[in-house]
Amino acid sequence: MILFGATLLLAFLSGLPGLFMKRGGGRSAALLMGSSAASGLLAALQVLLGRATGAVALPNQRVLDWGFLHLDPLGAIFLIPVCILFGSASVYGLAYWDDHRENSRTVRAAFGVLAGFLILLTGAQHAFTFLLGWEGMALAAFVLVMAEDRDPATRRAGYVYLAATHTGTLFLFSAFALLPKAAGGLAFGPWTPGFASSPLGSALFLLFLAGFAFKAGALPLHFWLPPAHSAAPSHVSAVMSGVLIKMGILGLARLVAWVPDPPIWWGGSVTALGLASGVLGVAFALGQHDLKRLLAYHSIENIGIILLGLGLGLIGKHAGSLPIQLLGFGGALLHVVNHALFKGLLFLAAGSAAKAAGTRDLEALGGLARRMPRTSLAFLAGAWAICGLPPLNGFVSEWMIYLAAFQGLGRPHALWSVAALGALALIGALALACFAKAFGAAFLGEARSPAAVEARESPPSMVGPMGVLAGACAFIGFFPVLLGRPLDRAATQLAGAQGPPLAAMASLTMLSLMALPLLAGAWMLVRWSRGRSFREGVPTWDCGYTAPAARMQYTASSFAEGLMRGMRWVLWPVTAGGRVAGFVPRPRPFSSHLPDLVLDRAAEPGLGGAARGLGALRFLQAGHLPIYLLYVLLTLLGLFVWMVA
Amino acid sequence: MLHDLLIALTMLTNFTLVATHRVQKSIQVAAFQGVLLGFLPLSMGLWRHTHVLLLAAATILVKGWLIPFLLRRAMRQVQIHREVNPYISYTLSLMLCALGTGISLVLAHNLPLKPGDAHGLFVPAALSTLFTGFLLLVSRRKALTQVVGYLVLENGIYLFGMLLVEQMPLLVETGILLDLFVGIFVMGIVINHIRAAFDSTDTLRMAELKD
Repeated sequence: MILFGATLLLAFLSGLPGLFMKRGGGRSAALLMGSSAASGLLAALQVLLGRATGAVALPNQRVLDWGFLHLDPLGAIFLIPVCILFGSASVYGLAYWDDHRENSRTVRAAFGVLAGFLILLTGAQHAFTFLLGWEGMALAAFVLVMAEDRDPATRRAGYVYLAATHTGTLFLFSAFALLPKAAGGLAFGPWTPGFASSPLGSALFLLFLAGFAFKAGALPLHFWLPPAHSAAPSHVSAVMSGVLIKMGILGLARLVAWVPDPPIWWGGSVTALGLASGVLGVAFALGQHDLKRLLAYHSIENIGIILLGLGLGLIGKHAGSLPIQLLGFGGALLHVVNHALFKGLLFLAAGSAAKAAGTRDLEALGGLARRMPRTSLAFLAGAWAICGLPPLNGFVSEWMIYLAAFQGLGRPHALWSVAALGALALIGALALACFAKAFGAAFLGEARSPAAVEARESPPSMVGPMGVLAGACAFIGFFPVLLGRPLDRAATQLAGAQGPPLAAMASLTMLSLMALPLLAGAWMLVRWSRGRSFREGVPTWDCGYTAPAARMQYTASSFAEGLMRGMRWVLWPVTAGGRVAGFVPRPRPFSSHLPDLVLDRAAEPGLGGAARGLGALRFLQAGHLPIYLLYVLLTLLGLFVWMVA
Repeated sequence: MLHDLLIALTMLTNFTLVATHRVQKSIQVAAFQGVLLGFLPLSMGLWRHTHVLLLAAATILVKGWLIPFLLRRAMRQVQIHREVNPYISYTLSLMLCALGTGISLVLAHNLPLKPGDAHGLFVPAALSTLFTGFLLLVSRRKALTQVVGYLVLENGIYLFGMLLVEQMPLLVETGILLDLFVGIFVMGIVINHIRAAFDSTDTLRMAELKD
């Protein structure tokens, strides 16, 4: 537990020395964050592999009747990505958000505070510590999202984020206020059996689900996520997408662990949320032109996959089937770690490319693979992993969720399993198409803008962290069997009972063995290509033209056009112009845009209408002092009359 | 019996306050009301409590001299002598004040108070002074007369506090008095600035500050 305390303290303080230093603040922050990450990883491994679980009890007071911090296996699973991502992102930030930026101190301090609150959340075992961490995390992230607040789009994203996160927190406050009725106190603990099926239990579940889904970015409540992720600096987007939104999953997982007998509709609603987020998240990602916005929609998709795992596990818990539970929960938890790793990697690579080329617009990038080979390799690795292709880590967790769904076939409630299987397959295919588009448009072909021609490889301090994350992705992908025991412990905590080991159920050893031929094949490919000579400086593919131009390439939009057309009925893309007539048509402008289903089509018009409707009440706000005093007088009189009557 | 007389006088000064249109006079009357209230605890035979004595002296000093002094100075600075054209006419104000006093008497009779406190004129006088203060605040245009309304409002609260004068700690009462003094001190300065900024002390113009 000393290790956990050290992790917490070092992370909180990491930005502090930089506030007083003229230069080198970034290094001190990275050093402190790195040591925090190392001790956090040790703490997590100690909890997951060893016997030691420590607890720090706060003094017993009336207000905090049992507040404590306690790192259990479930929290440790979430602590691992927090440590890895913050450690590598703070090193990445050295060059990406260097000391010359006017707000580099604020960003570093807020980054450390964000890390501290996230670490606190992983160990929180009481409503007080949990809400403290939750609110602190939201505010620190707001400061970070607003780092480039001179840009109006950033300010808008920041305020949308702030409003959304506080609405979510409101749900959580009401939920935690009801928690003592279920668990006998504000400390986290198992619920009374049977409570979950009562009306109050249902209300509590819905409140928790709303609060956590807001943070996780599950579909109808995801609208804050794409603008905030694309507005924030890339290393901040990496940790936001990688671990911040996972805290919603942590909350849901805690909820699952408390409840011994969830009704079937709990699992059903979580699975339904997962289906919607997964499929629509990737569908919206396909239509994006902004590289970071595209990645943000993929976060929604992956949250959907995680929710599918949790939902299947919950259905298994209702039916009392241990294999479904362990595979579902284990897959979901592993996907939490995996998504943090590869999405962090993708955001860092995207940030590196965007910084070098000066734009995040896919239609203005292109040909970066030649100029930034390491960054493009890192992006490729991340894309490979996120599409769930073997032998990287995304495959392992999706495989476990697939297995959970297969386990559910032929049992009661098999319909959910069928739906989950279909959705997983669809998500995988669409994700592959989307990353073919993103990687192809940004890194292959020819540069589409002069700035992209000038792009140069990022410094080692930015490439190194990407290498670490890619290595972690590969490690999990090649040696999943090593994760069997830790995942067993965490999934057992969620299931509430010991079951058959995951390593055997998901044949993790086989996965390692089957990865080896792939590795050998890749190595041979590299050897073979090394031996061949390449001509550099010629166009990638000139299509038989004598003078090919960059404009002749497939654009990102045209690549995705076919798929977008098929999903037009749900996505509602907005296109303008582009119709040509005659044999020798004049140049015509064409633009396409994919507004967010909730933010741009429902939330903004709805809230705008509400603001106009409530404007009718503005006459109350006359601005005359006597009128306000009259309100006070009338209230006073009303109170008197009420007291007398 | 003496304190009943003082309270009755206080209630009468309320009527004078709402009916007068000269600023100078309303300051005088408010100061007079403050002095009356300052003598009130002495007339109740509370000589033996040192803190009550101290408080009475402080009240008389602050409300009878210091605050009128500040208000007169502000009045000289902004050169306002009359409250012209209030939101509610003087006749109507007088009638409303009478109505408020009547309501206070009825209310005081029916309020769920402790049996020991229910008797006497304290509660109705406190309530009617409170209402008068509010009436002045709501109906007057000039910032200066509004400050007088604030002063009267506080007098009503002070009168209510008289019920508890033996139990209330000195700290609380001096706190209230200090609060009042600082409030009026600040307002005296602010009024001058309002005139400088808006070229008038008509509070209607301050609606421009609304977003």
